[in-house]
Amino acid sequence: MANKRALTVRSTRFYNGLTNWLRSPVHLIGLAALLFLAYTIAWPVMKILYTTFLWRQQDVRLTGEANPGHFTLYHWTRVLASDMSMNLFYKPILNSLGVGFAVSALSMLIGCGLAWLVVRTNVPWKKTIAFLAVIPYLLPSWIISQAWLTFFKNGKIGGTPGIMEALLHVSPPDWLSYGFVPIVVSLSIHDSVFFFLIVGAALSSMNSQLEEAASVTGAARWTILRRIVFPLVLPSILSGFILIFTKAISSYGVPALLGTPVNFYMISTMLYSSMRSRLTTEANVLSLTLMIISMLTIYLNQRVVGRRKSFVTVTGKDSARTLTSLGRWRYPAAGTAAVVMILISVVPLLVLLFQSFMLKEGVYSLSNFTTHYWWGGSDPDINTGEKGVLHNDIFMLALKNSLYIAGVASVIAAVIGLVLGYVVARGRQSWIGRMVDQVSFLPYLIPGISLAAIYISMFAKPTLIIPALYGTITLLILITVVKELPFTVKAGSASMMQIGKELEEAAQISGASWFTRFRRILLPLNQKSLMSAFLLVFIGAMKEMELIILLITPRTETLTTITFYYAEKGYEQLTNVILMIIIAIVITVYFLAVKFGKADLTQGIGGQ
Amino acid sequence: MNAIELQGIHVALDGKQVLHNIELTIKQGDFMTFLGPSGCGKTTLLRTIAGLQKADAGTITISGREVANGETQFHMEPSKRRLSLVFQSYALWPHMTVYENVAFGLQVRKLAKAVVREKVEAALGKMRIAELAGRYPSELSGGQQQRVAIARAIVTEPDILLLDEPLSNLDAKLRVEMRAELKRLHQELNTTVIYVTHDQHEAMTLSTKVAVFFGGQIVQLDKPRELYKRPNTLQVAEFIGSAGMQMNRLEGVVRTDEEGLSWLETPVVLIPLGGDGSTMQDGQEVVLTVRPEDIRLYEERRPGSIAMSVSAVFPSGAETLVQLDTAGMSLMARVIGESEYEPGTTLYAVLRQEQMNAYDKKTGIRMELQYVTHNNEPGESTHEDRLSYSR
Repeated sequence: MANKRALTVRSTRFYNGLTNWLRSPVHLIGLAALLFLAYTIAWPVMKILYTTFLWRQQDVRLTGEANPGHFTLYHWTRVLASDMSMNLFYKPILNSLGVGFAVSALSMLIGCGLAWLVVRTNVPWKKTIAFLAVIPYLLPSWIISQAWLTFFKNGKIGGTPGIMEALLHVSPPDWLSYGFVPIVVSLSIHDSVFFFLIVGAALSSMNSQLEEAASVTGAARWTILRRIVFPLVLPSILSGFILIFTKAISSYGVPALLGTPVNFYMISTMLYSSMRSRLTTEANVLSLTLMIISMLTIYLNQRVVGRRKSFVTVTGKDSARTLTSLGRWRYPAAGTAAVVMILISVVPLLVLLFQSFMLKEGVYSLSNFTTHYWWGGSDPDINTGEKGVLHNDIFMLALKNSLYIAGVASVIAAVIGLVLGYVVARGRQSWIGRMVDQVSFLPYLIPGISLAAIYISMFAKPTLIIPALYGTITLLILITVVKELPFTVKAGSASMMQIGKELEEAAQISGASWFTRFRRILLPLNQKSLMSAFLLVFIGAMKEMELIILLITPRTETLTTITFYYAEKGYEQLTNVILMIIIAIVITVYFLAVKFGKADLTQGIGGQ
Repeated sequence: MNAIELQGIHVALDGKQVLHNIELTIKQGDFMTFLGPSGCGKTTLLRTIAGLQKADAGTITISGREVANGETQFHMEPSKRRLSLVFQSYALWPHMTVYENVAFGLQVRKLAKAVVREKVEAALGKMRIAELAGRYPSELSGGQQQRVAIARAIVTEPDILLLDEPLSNLDAKLRVEMRAELKRLHQELNTTVIYVTHDQHEAMTLSTKVAVFFGGQIVQLDKPRELYKRPNTLQVAEFIGSAGMQMNRLEGVVRTDEEGLSWLETPVVLIPLGGDGSTMQDGQEVVLTVRPEDIRLYEERRPGSIAMSVSAVFPSGAETLVQLDTAGMSLMARVIGESEYEPGTTLYAVLRQEQMNAYDKKTGIRMELQYVTHNNEPGESTHEDRLSYSR
């Protein structure tokens, strides 16, 4: 009898415990999120790792030892220690690392300098300089390469010469036209904005009394900068460094345009060409190495910054901020900054725009003016009969696809980011919250092109309830959402943490369900962060290239991929026309979001 | 009928035991105050009653319905417990107007629009803030925000109203005003109120019953008057006595002689003790607490009085605090009205024995001491001549 009672108590206890656990939104959503993340991130990585250790059917043709389906180190040896390793692996990896470091260092110089100038000094025209600094971010990074080629192209790949050769009648040397130097410059111009935003945010949250305290003790300005300001923003600088490093080593568009003509390969471009030449497993090994490099850098960053990170937030209130006076250097500094910013962000755009109206490149006369590339018909003499962009069905398809992908992905990513941010912020005490936090960070460690390589094999055929997504827009949306998760979740959790728990509890006591609470309390209060995440993902998706280039099929062509296709074919003007359209869309959305949605790009980018 | 019954409540937060074995019954219509220093678990208990915190063990019954059971891990949703909570931070939703804030709970219950309007207006009227309906919380003063928070809590007509340190964010003047407001509200609504505070004044003036918390346990449950007069432990006495009450503390030792006579020896005074003496041991250390108002001052020497010299006078209108020095100790006496004493004057003080409390110094628990009335006549009451007693 007593036993029986104990048994019922135990079963009720178990039942109640389970329902309590599941009734908590943090647990329920956290569980769903973990399943989603496991399926879209963890499982694919495991699977790809697994396949690199197996013989494939195709390998039978290469070597008699092949035993399909069984364990082998063949692929790893082939990549790391065979006669093709030098070209397939070692050279590209050295190139990648070199470019990564050079880009991070150069962006750090540009970005930190600008941030200090705008945030901590009394330089005039701050708003203009800040706006000019953000423009390169709004553009795909390889637009800058495109502009670079327009200026510095030489006869090497044929076609018409660049502006420099046309004006000076000197053919620029190869090192200036292609390879390491232009790649580093293009990427740095594009990426320094991250430094500008991250370090700028850190600098503006730093209390200037810290500086004043130092100057009261008699420290000189340089000493203050070196001993007080620099150590305080060091954690932000390091995370900026890591962010740009990982971005740079996995970038594809820029090295493809500027590197391939001179056989300068990076891991990313090598990965792409291995994929195209059906060396899938070797490509997988390459993407794994790329992942390992990213993970190592981030691990190092954690080791170095980890403990110190805390004081960035402690610096707290930005009460009366006193600015460093530049004295008579005020206007020269502002002028130099503005001119440089215009040179790197506005001039390339104008040149590309100008070029899109030139019938023949490099011929600068009024008779050369044409609108053919914008809305002309088919002419077999020009670009083997490609029609003007606005009359081209492929363009219309790509425009539709791009807008659809960017629109849907950014809404989904922003909402998921906020919901998962909620789980992370509210579940800090429980394993599930911490787990979601960690796992949602994983896509950050996986370079876009590797993720795409994984998704090809993963979604090529239907698994369980998920149909074969390869070749669908859905896959492109999915990969965009997954890839942006680290940023949106970070932004979402940071914003959620600012909202007191009581605001939600008050609604809970009133009898509001979780959905009602989210819709009526949390959503309106997080509106700004939501809009920022939306904007961040939208811009990212509009100019996305690395991530989707491997997944594109003729039906799912996007603006960036046809532009890239045109650029590779050498249809300069058509490329430029579409670039102009992309830029117009991005800038319009940027202004709308900032004006009406109170979005703030810094939130998402500064998040990590 | 009992509004709330708590049995054997245990709560741990982050692996740390916060509440131990709480047993408490609250009657319908009570104004119950949880009083204690910060970190004593009083807010946690409030949150456990509200259902925002799960009880690890024990049961909670509200109006006869079991709402939580640690043994079966049963946990009823906060919204189904028919109670409201006013948060310390008010937790007003900043993106909603006052009207929307108050209406939220009714809208969630899907009441008709007209009913919502009527009830919200009634609640705002009750809190005397009808004219603020269209404002946003950021446009209100602290006191007004407080009223909105209370209006939001009472609009759903809860059986129980929980208040978590509601006055702690207000300035002194508003605090007094809101205290009166809360008292009025309690009488008007006749709901059961549980009120959490660390302020002894608030607890004394508002409540019908006070539960004092220390280290996650209820150490005393009493009417405010009783709590003031007879704190159960030295800890409680000191907590109640802090904050402007200037409780005097005298340390003493029990002495007994061969004849069975015993007395309490303090630096200031010797107090003969009655009873059979068997409860006391020679050398037992005792702490006496004497409230300042229980020290009578006379200008002339009297039987049983102690000579003291005035060291400082703190007049505050209705009463005057007089700081006295004697035998190297400092005592505080409270005198009604204004009294002019020059520092250095000698006064004669009489301690009201029956109002003093004695505590065992080791355990801190209150001891029932029997004082000997004058002339060692056992059984004679002390009410007549409180001014005189002899050794």
